[in-house]
Amino acid sequence: MKSSQKRAPRPPLSLDQLSRKKGPQSDHWELRLYVAGQSPRSVAAFSNLKKICEQHLPGRYNIEIVDLVKHPQLAAGDQIVAIPTLVRKLPQPLRKIVGDLRDTERALVGLQLRPAMPENGSA
Amino acid sequence: MSPSTPSNGSGRRSLPKAPTGIQGLDEITSGGFPRGRPTLVCGSAGCGKTLLAMEFLVRGAMEFQEPGVFMAFEENAEELTQNVRSLGFDLDQLVKKKKLVLDFVRVERSEIDETGDYDLEGLFIRLGSAIDAIGAKRVALDTIETLFSGLQNEGILRAELRRLFRWLKDKGVTAVITGERGEGALTRRGLEEYVSDCVILLDHRVAEQISSRRLRIVKYRGTTHGTNEYPFLISETGFSVLPVTSLGLKYKVSDERISSGIARLDSMLGGEGFYRGSTILVSGTAGSGKTSLAAQFVDAACRRGERCLYFSFEESPDQLIRNMRSIGMNLGNWVKKGLLQFHSNRATFYGLEAHLATIHRLVEEFTPPVVVLDPIGSLIQAGNLRDANIMLMRLIDFLKMRETTTFFTNLTSSGGALEKTDVGISSLVDSWLLVRDIELGGERNRALYVLKSRGMAHSNQIREFLLTDHGVDLLDAYVGPEGVLTGSSRVSQENREKAESRARLQEAERKKRELVRKREVLAARIMALKKEFEAEEEEADVLAKQEEARETAIIEGREAMARSRSADENHGPSLVSRTSRSSK
Repeated sequence: MKSSQKRAPRPPLSLDQLSRKKGPQSDHWELRLYVAGQSPRSVAAFSNLKKICEQHLPGRYNIEIVDLVKHPQLAAGDQIVAIPTLVRKLPQPLRKIVGDLRDTERALVGLQLRPAMPENGSA
Repeated sequence: MSPSTPSNGSGRRSLPKAPTGIQGLDEITSGGFPRGRPTLVCGSAGCGKTLLAMEFLVRGAMEFQEPGVFMAFEENAEELTQNVRSLGFDLDQLVKKKKLVLDFVRVERSEIDETGDYDLEGLFIRLGSAIDAIGAKRVALDTIETLFSGLQNEGILRAELRRLFRWLKDKGVTAVITGERGEGALTRRGLEEYVSDCVILLDHRVAEQISSRRLRIVKYRGTTHGTNEYPFLISETGFSVLPVTSLGLKYKVSDERISSGIARLDSMLGGEGFYRGSTILVSGTAGSGKTSLAAQFVDAACRRGERCLYFSFEESPDQLIRNMRSIGMNLGNWVKKGLLQFHSNRATFYGLEAHLATIHRLVEEFTPPVVVLDPIGSLIQAGNLRDANIMLMRLIDFLKMRETTTFFTNLTSSGGALEKTDVGISSLVDSWLLVRDIELGGERNRALYVLKSRGMAHSNQIREFLLTDHGVDLLDAYVGPEGVLTGSSRVSQENREKAESRARLQEAERKKRELVRKREVLAARIMALKKEFEAEEEEADVLAKQEEARETAIIEGREAMARSRSADENHGPSLVSRTSRSSK
């Protein structure tokens, strides 16, 4: 068992509180990040995600962290295979982005915050 | 990120196996899949990979107390449950009893973007938690290659798959991984590169509108295994592989003899009938009474209180029973008593393997000491000659192993060689009876002879074979200068022969009488000759006496004359006459 992930759930809580003030809106973003313990990739994914959200969705996002090591049964719900996986629950449609999100441009395309770049092809 | 479970990779030097419980597969793998290692099952679409994987888990859970996890990448749990329900597997029940976990993994490429590094820990965790939840010993991944179409980064996938198989080994679970057959390779994504302990290839081919399934063990590290292609089929009881060579020639033999149901046939077979557990073939042209011989054999077995299984490929049970009633056999009675079971199916109804599996299943259920297949030639219609031959060989081996006496009938096409079967199994049978028609004198009659019968002094005689209202009867066929005669020719020849012999007898008597007469005549003639001789002798005597008398008279006359002439007695002529007298 890896060290505790006390720190991991705390940030989303604060973010949660932040976003809740806005209330459910059409442009409200519900994000769920699936991680496995405190692996460097999971930590990187979370910090990358936070960066993107702060930059592009200030105040209208909500990140839920699901640690599959703690709750393996939750993997089936969103059909999680790869770790880390970011699931955009809202707005519809459902999107999944696997990887540590270090390529911000591609992450933005994946989250549909930016239209796909011509050379990458449409998402 | 390390695997979340502690490694228990204890060195496995020997090769323990996990029995599949699948009919025939354990035989050709000598015990099952390698325990604690992954096995790759590959094949083209629709060849039964998923079913093999599923049956491995279901049998493991039901028969070997080894719970299993089925991770499906293509079908969801409901679909899977439905698909295998027709094979008698109740997955819901197994899931409820915590003997099985069905996990459907769906990876939809259109929903997924990739950015940066990732791994498949999510999959590992899902699998790991499912394994831990029920203490699974078996895992099936069907078909993990689907991941390649859902995720783009092949480099990561390959590394992760390698890790997955390693991890499965460390977990000590026996895994079955299915893979779609690729062009020129066993699997499309080269899974065989990672799963190298045991690779099984399934094949589904169609030849002349008849489909057949084949299984082959491509490799199996550290163990001997059958290397042939084995036919398999998916029947209502699941997967079954039909190993042909694995049975071998190791069956026990019995010295017990059983009656053929025809006393004279028994006496032709060394006086006691067939050996129990032997394979008997009756071949002959159409309408020569093969089925009647089979029925007679069945009737005799039922009389002994033995169970019989009768497979008919041409007649319905009712028709058979009716027809046999006409020759004085009430087979319906045995059916009612539960001693006799008929199974009538057109040979073309399903493929050869299915026939074989049906026979296997019924024989195993009913355990009859006597099995009849009537006629085997029609099985060619369900496959080709070679396959039919192999199937019969397998069937014979299977039945011999169970010490089941098997009675085959085979129709010889008219014009073809009699001493040959269409399916070419004549060398496999132990006793071979030939029934043939003999056309003679405007009649067609049946004759029977024992072509071969292993291990007994059998008769070399041709017997005329009659179907009477009290069953089959054998008569001595007439063998004479004009060849074998049967039927009314035989009867007339017998009569002719009787007349001839009577004539010969009379002739001999006549000769005898004539001889007696001749002797009598001869004796009479001898007597006559004798009498004649005696008469002549008598006459000769008389003559001699007369001569003497005359001589005496002459002398006396001369003396008297001399006296009368008063001649000197002592002169001349008297001396002469004295001399002539003494010389006489």
